[in-house]
Amino acid sequence: MGRSAGLPRGLADRFRAVDGRWPDDTGCPVLHVDMDAFYASVEIRERPELREVPVVVGGVGHRGVVCSANYLARTFGVRSAMPTAHARRLAPHAVFLPPSFGLYQEISRGVMEIFRDISPLVEPLSLDEAFVDVSGSLRRLRTTPAAIGAQIRARVEAEHGITCSVGVGPTKFLAKLASGMCKPDGMMVVPRAEVTAFLHPLPVSALWGVGKRTAEQLERIGLDTVADIAATPLPRLRRVLGVAQAEHLHALSRGRDDRRVEPESREKSVGAEETFETDHHDRGVLRRELLRLSERSAGTLRARGLRGRTVSIKVRFADFTTITRSRTLPVATDVTREVFGTACTLLDEHVPPGAVRLIGVRVEQLVAGDDTGEQLMFDAPERGWREAEQAADQARSKFGSAAVRPASLLSAAPERSGEPAPRPDHP
Amino acid sequence: MKIRVERDGLADAVAWVARSLPSRPPVPVLGGVLLDAGSPDGEPGDALTVSGFDYEVSATVGVPATIADGGRTLVSGRLLADITKALPNHPVEISVDGSRMTISCGSARFSLPTMPVEDYPQLPVMPQLVGELAGEVFGEAVSQVAVAAGKDDTLPMLTGVRVEIGGGKLTLVATDRFRLAMREFPWEPNEALDETAVLVPAKTLADAAKTLGVSGGRVELSLAANDGLLGLSGAGRRTTTRLLDADFPKYRQLLPSEHSSAAIIDVDPLVQAVKRVSLVAERGTQVRLEFVEGGLRLSAGGDDEGSAEEELRVEYTGEPVTIAFNPTYLLEGVSAVRTPRAHLSFTTPSRPALLKPVDEDGNVAPGYIYLLMPVRLPG
Repeated sequence: MGRSAGLPRGLADRFRAVDGRWPDDTGCPVLHVDMDAFYASVEIRERPELREVPVVVGGVGHRGVVCSANYLARTFGVRSAMPTAHARRLAPHAVFLPPSFGLYQEISRGVMEIFRDISPLVEPLSLDEAFVDVSGSLRRLRTTPAAIGAQIRARVEAEHGITCSVGVGPTKFLAKLASGMCKPDGMMVVPRAEVTAFLHPLPVSALWGVGKRTAEQLERIGLDTVADIAATPLPRLRRVLGVAQAEHLHALSRGRDDRRVEPESREKSVGAEETFETDHHDRGVLRRELLRLSERSAGTLRARGLRGRTVSIKVRFADFTTITRSRTLPVATDVTREVFGTACTLLDEHVPPGAVRLIGVRVEQLVAGDDTGEQLMFDAPERGWREAEQAADQARSKFGSAAVRPASLLSAAPERSGEPAPRPDHP
Repeated sequence: MKIRVERDGLADAVAWVARSLPSRPPVPVLGGVLLDAGSPDGEPGDALTVSGFDYEVSATVGVPATIADGGRTLVSGRLLADITKALPNHPVEISVDGSRMTISCGSARFSLPTMPVEDYPQLPVMPQLVGELAGEVFGEAVSQVAVAAGKDDTLPMLTGVRVEIGGGKLTLVATDRFRLAMREFPWEPNEALDETAVLVPAKTLADAAKTLGVSGGRVELSLAANDGLLGLSGAGRRTTTRLLDADFPKYRQLLPSEHSSAAIIDVDPLVQAVKRVSLVAERGTQVRLEFVEGGLRLSAGGDDEGSAEEELRVEYTGEPVTIAFNPTYLLEGVSAVRTPRAHLSFTTPSRPALLKPVDEDGNVAPGYIYLLMPVRLPG
């Protein structure tokens, strides 16, 4: 999600890439790539008839929140993370869609693959944004960072039918600021020599780590822009903000940011959870939900080539008391059926009856699947559930998330807040 | 109730009974130990019997005691075990007055609340005696087999040891789907008994066999298959356990009838080497065994977590092959053959491998097998 902190218009145009031309990108090896209104764009790609209407993706129930809104919807004031009910009041004529996470994950994976074609130094921040450090690829590809940015933008649109914005800069912080300022469907380059000119007119809230409270504190001592902070002696900042934050902001305000692009750190766990529209007692409903969440978690494991040994479930009751229970399997798994079976056992054996508000599934103790052998069993056929599920994954990646699903999920409970709705209009 | 008893005898008896009690009893009385002084049910000479029962497992042991005043009382088993273990080496006097039990030993005195004896379940009657066998033989056989039993309560049929009686032999077998252990030995029941097979919870059986199979003693096996009860007794101790009401998998068809490759391996060096190389096998991932003429190379790990390898001399016949196993399952198997050398045979790296004991002359010894599924290597 880009910051909307604006530069004076003329200044922004100075850095924007236009018609294949851009400012000097020497010494700007960091790219920040951010999909434009990712979930909404994916939904529109699936249903082109929505192209000209406001589209809001989010929980459709009364506890749901907005996950994503296209730019048309944003003109009505709809924003991510606001309650869906609020968004409905702002844009009553918008099309509201439940999210289809499986599909987003699928596309996200494809997009990240494009980045990894270019450089191994890819640090995904979420499904829809990532840093890419291209410094090692320039010579091999005989190109420049901004040219790579342009190439990424073209490939993402050509291969996935959605647009993205790219910020190019000497540091992560600047690259991310730049991508936020050229959205949607743009590219911005912050030349090394013009960091100060780019940064200093911005409001303090543009700095990474400055939220509402810190901005107020800074305003109180008369610091409104990044230039103000850069000009303030460090000891004075320290008195107001404390040592750590003062030093952090001071460095950023002068364009310094030592964070390196860290390729995907090994995840510790993979999971999914769901808040019900209305609290549920019914074990049948809870079990169906566990199946759906197990499918999502195990699908993520399979897609990332991981397996996990410990399965845990989380249950939050109507009074917000929350319990988590886990069980360790003899052999690490990425099979939906095994995750689901374990989750159900945990539910049956460890969760007292009561009205449930939220339920979640998580797989922990992950190992990389490609160097994990598969412990064979006496009674297992040569090809089992893993192969069946891999085949289903492939079908879903071709035909969308509704192509193959467990039969018990076909008549999906209607009253969920974040449910990938069945799509009869889909092949 | 007022009795006097030797400290060691009491401590041993209470410790043995308390170990089979549930750690979190569903109702407090089931976590209790029943002391019964002067009951006509007791063994002659053992004036005090100490018992525990949680509807699954019962344990009863007699202790010589001097009875001044007979009676029955129920106290927390865990607490009584902790206390008797810590008592000084003096005679112990136990008396019950109203709802409190007093334990005096040397200059130490304890006063414990008692639980209502009326709420305690009836101890199961020892089923009909089937036969007896040497305690050591039984103890070893059970431990060789129970190692392969499953620990996952969601698959109850795999948490048991199947005990088959018939055809002049006793067969014990257990599997968790990844490995299967089977021990057979000749045995004649006391009376003509129909062929029968029961499934006994592996953990209970292993515990009982270990504590009853003390050197030189005999273990008596009792069975009421229709009532779902197995009894074991020896060395003055009696225990019963409920049988598992589940179908054990049809395992005979799993036993391979032929092999294409075989190795005779010295167990101890293999155990040491597997333990070493598996230090880099993250979270129980596999150890690879690469067999070539006259040698075995063990390796584990990879680039990320570090790797290890080690070579051993083995007698190997067959084509060079690489087969991989979960290191824990492999170690438990080679340790369970209980001979200095083991015979490992297999056909392909994705079919079960078979471990058997080897006698002093280098021949495969009958009576025990440990069947182990390999790990399919990635790629």
